Amino acid sequence: MIDEPFAAGNSPIHREDPRSRVILATLFSFVVALSQAFATLGAALIFALVLVIAARLDPKKLIKRLLPLWLFLILLWLVLPLTTTGTPLFRIGPLAGTREGIILCAQITLKSNAILLAFTAWVATMNFAKLGQTLDQLKVPEKIVYLLLLTYRYIFVIEAEYGRLLRAAKIRGFKPGTNLHTYKTYAYLLGMLFVQASARAQRVHQAMRCRGFQGKFYSLYRFEAKTADWIGAAVQLAIMALLIGIEWKINSPL
Amino acid sequence: MEDQQPIVKLDNIAFGYPGGTPILKELSLAVYPKERIGLLGPNGSGKTTLFFIIMGLLRPTAGTVEVFGSRLWEEKDFSDIYRKIGLLFQDADDQLFCPTVLEDVAFGPLNMGKSRKESIEIARSTLADLGLEGFEDRITHRLSGGEKRFVSLATVLAMEPEMLLLDEPTTGLDARTRERLMDRLAQLDIAYLLISHEMDFLADTTDKVHAMEGGKILTDTTVKLHQHVHAHIHGSHPHEHK
Repeated sequence: MIDEPFAAGNSPIHREDPRSRVILATLFSFVVALSQAFATLGAALIFALVLVIAARLDPKKLIKRLLPLWLFLILLWLVLPLTTTGTPLFRIGPLAGTREGIILCAQITLKSNAILLAFTAWVATMNFAKLGQTLDQLKVPEKIVYLLLLTYRYIFVIEAEYGRLLRAAKIRGFKPGTNLHTYKTYAYLLGMLFVQASARAQRVHQAMRCRGFQGKFYSLYRFEAKTADWIGAAVQLAIMALLIGIEWKINSPL
Repeated sequence: MEDQQPIVKLDNIAFGYPGGTPILKELSLAVYPKERIGLLGPNGSGKTTLFFIIMGLLRPTAGTVEVFGSRLWEEKDFSDIYRKIGLLFQDADDQLFCPTVLEDVAFGPLNMGKSRKESIEIARSTLADLGLEGFEDRITHRLSGGEKRFVSLATVLAMEPEMLLLDEPTTGLDARTRERLMDRLAQLDIAYLLISHEMDFLADTTDKVHAMEGGKILTDTTVKLHQHVHAHIHGSHPHEHK
């Protein structure tokens, strides 16, 4: 259900301290999302591509990941130029494509690709367990961290339970169609899933209490930042500062 | 053996949900150190409920639970039990909730107030004892059924309990993994109560077997297990050959 194709690896990015990776990815997203100038966005995209290369990500799997984004972007390119007000550039019948619309589309395209690539390189290169530990050490509220980790742990169990229920329906001749019987069956399945999930939650809580759980989670890991981590983080921060600098200087899309 | 203090002593326990038929009634049981007892009984005879009552997860409607001679009433009384008695759940997915194996095994020791370093050491040595070296960084939900069972056992043993409650530990295990579990249980020198429907497994891993029926333990008729194959006209019903 959730596979982590990039989590295993031994690239310089994989070895980087996970805390600095999470912080850099967050910072980068803000810088890119708030920038307007094509120079900044282009530089950001190039930086993101460099990260992807440094992380030695499998290009095929990467493209597979980006496909949904690209499909969404195609939709934007079809709609936005025609619906944004501004100087007309071309006409299709009664509709006019505007310069502003195209600029907006180009910005969104560059921004979304840069952010997604950078996140894949920095954050998707650690598994969920490590991400959880990292967020915990970055003082993200415990409840959010454990909500994330427990969701990750049990989504597979819930998926398996859903599969079992669906199979049970199928072997008794259930064929989904567009009718009330189908909707009702799915509603029952969903209802059962909720009941089972809450029963499961109760049992997990009991199991945790049996092992002395009293409402407080203790984290097992501490990451130690090495000198190389500090240097790496400093270099990447400098690049980020450069992006902000370009944006500051130009301060307009073109 | 009987002059020792029992680890757990249940006296006239009754349990039932309001409005329902009673699940347990007049149940008495004592487990002494190093005793290995099997529990056998039809589905719904209250075996798992009994375990939950011993652990304090359910409160009996009548009767008393004594652990090491002290009576337990309040929830806080039970918090001490967890380090003395370990419960292995029927479904390993209930027991393993941490992302990685090492974190899961260290969860109990950490809760008991051990330092991170100590907890990691305990977890590693417990895993090694069970032949699970190299499992530390495995992702729990990706383990096979047998591996999950052994890691669950590790999470319980890491708390160094003086007694184990094992709820159908062989469910879903193949013959080889079952064999391994059997060997491992034979090496344990702590008391345990073991629920199972498998006669031969009970015969190999326990010293005596109690039958449960109708919410009671039939202590007067300790089941004698026997080692020959024949058709049981009573199905899997425990019986004695006189």
